[in-house]
Amino acid sequence: MDQGVKRIMLAGVGGQGILLASRILTSGLLKAGFDVKSSEVHGMAQRGGSVVTQLSYGKKVYSPISGAGAVDLLVTLEKLEALRYVHFLKKNGSLLMNAKEIPSLPVLIGAAEYPADIEERLSSYPISLYTIDADREAEKLGNLKVMNVVLLGAMVKLAGLSELVDWPSVVAESVKPAYREINLKAFTAGQNLV
Amino acid sequence: MEKVILSGNEAIAQGAFQAGVGLGIGYPGTPSTEIIEVLEKKKGPECAWSINEKVALEQAYGACVTGLRSLVTMKHVGVNVAADPLFTFAYMGVNGGLVIVTADDPGMHSSQNEQDNRWYALHAKVPMLEPSDSQECIDFTALAFELSERYDVPVFLRMVTRVCHSRSVVEIDPEQKYVRQVRDYERNVPKFVTLPAHARARRVILEENLNKLTKDQAAKGINRMEITDRDIGIITSGAAYNYVKEAFGDRYSVLKLGLVYPIDQEIVYEFARQVKKIYVVEELDPYLEFNIRALGVECEGKKYICPFYELNPQIVAASLSKAGLEPLEELDPAAEEPAANVPVRPPILCAGCPHRSFFYLAKREKVTVVGDIGCYTLGAAPPLDGIDVSACMGGGYAIALGLTLNPPEGKKIFGVVGDSTFYHSGITGAIDSIFNKRHFVPVVLDNRITAMTGHQPNPGSGQTLSGEETFMQEPRRIFKAVGYDRVMEVNAYDLQKLRDAIREAKETEERVAIVIKSPCRLLKGVEKGTVPEIDKEACQQCKACLRLGCPAISLGSEGYPVIDSLGCAGCGVCKQVCKHDAIKEKEQEVEK
Ligand SMILES: Cc1ncc(C[n+]2csc(CCOP(=O)(O)OP(=O)(O)O)c2C)c(N)n1
Ligand code: SF4
Ligand code: SF4
Repeated sequence: MDQGVKRIMLAGVGGQGILLASRILTSGLLKAGFDVKSSEVHGMAQRGGSVVTQLSYGKKVYSPISGAGAVDLLVTLEKLEALRYVHFLKKNGSLLMNAKEIPSLPVLIGAAEYPADIEERLSSYPISLYTIDADREAEKLGNLKVMNVVLLGAMVKLAGLSELVDWPSVVAESVKPAYREINLKAFTAGQNLV
Repeated sequence: MEKVILSGNEAIAQGAFQAGVGLGIGYPGTPSTEIIEVLEKKKGPECAWSINEKVALEQAYGACVTGLRSLVTMKHVGVNVAADPLFTFAYMGVNGGLVIVTADDPGMHSSQNEQDNRWYALHAKVPMLEPSDSQECIDFTALAFELSERYDVPVFLRMVTRVCHSRSVVEIDPEQKYVRQVRDYERNVPKFVTLPAHARARRVILEENLNKLTKDQAAKGINRMEITDRDIGIITSGAAYNYVKEAFGDRYSVLKLGLVYPIDQEIVYEFARQVKKIYVVEELDPYLEFNIRALGVECEGKKYICPFYELNPQIVAASLSKAGLEPLEELDPAAEEPAANVPVRPPILCAGCPHRSFFYLAKREKVTVVGDIGCYTLGAAPPLDGIDVSACMGGGYAIALGLTLNPPEGKKIFGVVGDSTFYHSGITGAIDSIFNKRHFVPVVLDNRITAMTGHQPNPGSGQTLSGEETFMQEPRRIFKAVGYDRVMEVNAYDLQKLRDAIREAKETEERVAIVIKSPCRLLKGVEKGTVPEIDKEACQQCKACLRLGCPAISLGSEGYPVIDSLGCAGCGVCKQVCKHDAIKEKEQEVEK
């Protein structure tokens, strides 16, 4: 922890493209000369459940995961997941939240209510909160699926990593040629949002 | 050499490829699954999904007898299934190297228990290597094959979720060619045929080999002392090593054990001489702690460290703070507690999943359901709430058999398994039912694939791991062959027929089985049907459709259900549960 390790956590809902975002970020950090470790969750949770990946980078990284209270930057692809994982942040950590609401099963069937006051509740924490609408940006670009890369653009900027490596080429290498252009646009759009 | 990022699973495949493995085989199970999938893509080794872990291990052993190096992979509970041959293979020894990956799941991310499989090493007398990161996964895999051949024993690689699914930097040679390692086969009856007299002789040889192995320089090389402090030393291994180093850096001395069975006594004694006080940091059971104490070395571990669930650097730091150790970083969290009143987000069956209708109906037809492990276990969660008991693969039928002796509330017992589970170990329960004349209704939810673990082919899929066409099993034929009078094959999306089948099976004295045949919604070629919509004039707000737990149907703000046209798979099940005819196909044609 002394070793200047930075910790990022991504949270979302199975199927939102969280793994790709985290893998592109990992490749970029490696190119930038950092030691990197990341941790993914596969299996059960992917069936529409809450999904988390974690990533640590620095000069020397030992642990791919970190516990509650230790994360520098929390990025959530959905609002409820921001509330679920906000306690993983350090005091004065940053939360980048996509303004998307995806009701979970209890909400769908009317057994629970989707909290209406998520922003308010989050703003009572000693953190910096950044809310963006990555889905709308992706929609503007004509493909909802690139929402994850819009968020990636924003998180790279928030983490102060924009200048460390040629991100457009990292993004381009990580996606199929046919989707390069739109992903690059998505990345830039994300950078401009924060 | 090139620096790349690999997951632990990818790294094991890389290590096995570099070691010239001849056969990679396993049965899928999180977190082990990707090893075989990645190895298969590398081209060179023979690779296959077996029908269960025991058959996988036995095949791997057969290949190793002929002189091939074999890698067999499974999740922790899979080793229970493979345990019978495992214990005896240890006596018999190998010819080509035999490496068994056990992928444990502390914290039960995707498992029914969190058993600590290090005990299997001790119990079966199978040496065990435990890597901490992806580079070690490559290196230890190569070493495991060498040790296996040098000391004539199978060797375990013990993985955990956070090593399997963590990605870290490794060095590989991207130009590396595949060179298959093969040893000559010599017929050797005293070694390979375990008559009691042979086994007694092998028992002694095994003990000698284990002793020699602890003196092997390469094996010793993966146990490492990092002496930075004379007062306090921490003994650890695997994932826990990462947490210790991140929590304490070089503040305390560390003994990292790469070989967790057999334990190298010399290095433990040496470490005990170097430091005054020893703590043991390990996830789950006090396996190292017991073994180190048994060497007469005083240490403390589980007194401070939680014996269940996963660890992480912060838990390790906080736990050992209680013993007076000082972590590098003072934790200053944004909040002391998780936020309150956050609705849970459990995994759910996909929109249009073929498993949904059975559980919906079973509950309404008032039968007792013994379930099993797969996507369909999610049929136990509300609102479907359609499973009474579920434990382990194959149990769906065999536990049901036991329930027939004293059926709760006199209800008919239905045993429900997926297709992969049916071939894995379901079949045996069905045969036992016929044999002992204990009648329950075996149901196969045949979606033609092993879905839960990421869509691996099984004997009913019609293709092998590499995509090659093969014979396609039909549960119907198997039921017929073992003595069932009648097998009802039903489409999952035809609610009326499915209800009739359940009712008939409930009443009849005949030996009947039900096969519900509809492919997993996520398979290639499964087309989206027509998306229905709610007719608000007809809807009586009875919420019957919401009880399907389909993620595409939600309760809208006006009290009417709403169908999300993007998420909906157009399976048509909701239309059939609506008694008011309020769920209708849209007037205009929807795009496919
Ligand atoms: C002994 C054992 N091996 C492997 C697993 C991992 N596992 C859990 S569910 C599952 C697949 C079940 O497939 P299937 O029965 O076809 O059901 P589906 O997921 O397709 O609905 C597997 C392999 C396990 N839980 N236990
Ligand atoms: S992956 Fe297939 S079997 Fe599993 S829940 Fe989805 S549709 Fe059902
Ligand atoms: S047709 Fe109805 S039950 Fe089927 S996926 Fe669509 S909303 Fe869900």
